[in-house]
Amino acid sequence: MTPDDALTRYATRLGDNALVLGQRMIELVAASPELEEELANANFSLDYFGQSRMFYTFAGEREGEGRDEDDFAFLRPEHEYRNLLLVEQPNGHFGDSTVRAVLFESFYVLLLDALTRCSDEGLAGIAARAIKEVRYHLKHSSQWLVRLGDGTEESHERVQESLDSLWSYTGEMFVADELDDIVRDAFEGPDLEAIARQWRHAVTAIVNASTLTLPDDGWMASGGKQGRHTEQFGYLLADLQNMQRAYPGVAW
Amino acid sequence: MVAAEYKREQILDWLSEVADPEIPVLTIMDLGIVREVDCSDGVTVSLTPTYSGCPATEAIEASVVAALEDRGVPDVRIRRVLSPPWTTDWISNEGREKLRIYGIAPPERRNRPIACPRCGSTSTARVSEFGSTACKASYKCLDCLEPFEYFKCL
Repeated sequence: MTPDDALTRYATRLGDNALVLGQRMIELVAASPELEEELANANFSLDYFGQSRMFYTFAGEREGEGRDEDDFAFLRPEHEYRNLLLVEQPNGHFGDSTVRAVLFESFYVLLLDALTRCSDEGLAGIAARAIKEVRYHLKHSSQWLVRLGDGTEESHERVQESLDSLWSYTGEMFVADELDDIVRDAFEGPDLEAIARQWRHAVTAIVNASTLTLPDDGWMASGGKQGRHTEQFGYLLADLQNMQRAYPGVAW
Repeated sequence: MVAAEYKREQILDWLSEVADPEIPVLTIMDLGIVREVDCSDGVTVSLTPTYSGCPATEAIEASVVAALEDRGVPDVRIRRVLSPPWTTDWISNEGREKLRIYGIAPPERRNRPIACPRCGSTSTARVSEFGSTACKASYKCLDCLEPFEYFKCL
């Protein structure tokens, strides 16, 4: 694989993470526990959709085969999506969604921060734009984790269960594959080993502040980065892609 | 046929009449999202989005094209510039004053108190950091008791 191909696929993968998490969050619209939360959630989903559009447009232009953002989002089958398994996990209860956000966003800010220093100006520009938003998202999700963990006995117990069950989806974030290696070497991209250390430090601090217990690292699920997804992902895609599948080429 | 030539100042002047669709008291010049106007080959306007997911991005681009076409400028091109990313520091002083009069507290520098846009009191409290749009937080004034929105620093 040439470095250019790798960068294109790498950007697509970043777009997939943003799109899939945005889609999960938009499923919560009109189901938030309070009005402010409703607005924050909807606005955050919009940020993620915006980021996915930038990554897909970047990938499409570099690829040069005429694919636009909609082709990437609506016309690819499941196995061509290379998002992390973590972001596709169902919303569950509010504690589950909160933990998913904290675990992913604390990784994503570190990844974006490293990408702002990569040697590709286009990708660095998108990362510089996105990181400003994701810092806000992480601040928000962390505040909720503290409130739930350090809240009532029931909220503490339930959010600890969320943390325990989602933990097995965190290992995949730090397992470098060919794309990660090429982007690191050819474009001064993120070093996942360094990010893993920083991430553990950051997550430990948030978990401690929430009076929760950091789970032990046991078996870790993987496959998202290679296109092997969990069962729930197909349903998400069916919902997301339904209009384009039913009416190919439909536009606003 | 000789293509009409336009002066940059003239174009900027026309652009200063294009309003932001979400906060219509502000023009796109007040917001600081017009990055460049190039008149060397037709007219190319470089714009920068405020937030990635800002639903107004396309609407703003369309209004720029429409505003210039109304003045007879043919083939207006829009270039989207991502880097460096937009920051609230680029909102002009005039824009900040317009925001305040409109009832939205303008973005403050770090650690500066946020003043109520109605009575000017700095005795204010944050209700929610995440307000009606991604760019705003909800506040209330502890003196005049009015709730208000604060344009967050970004």
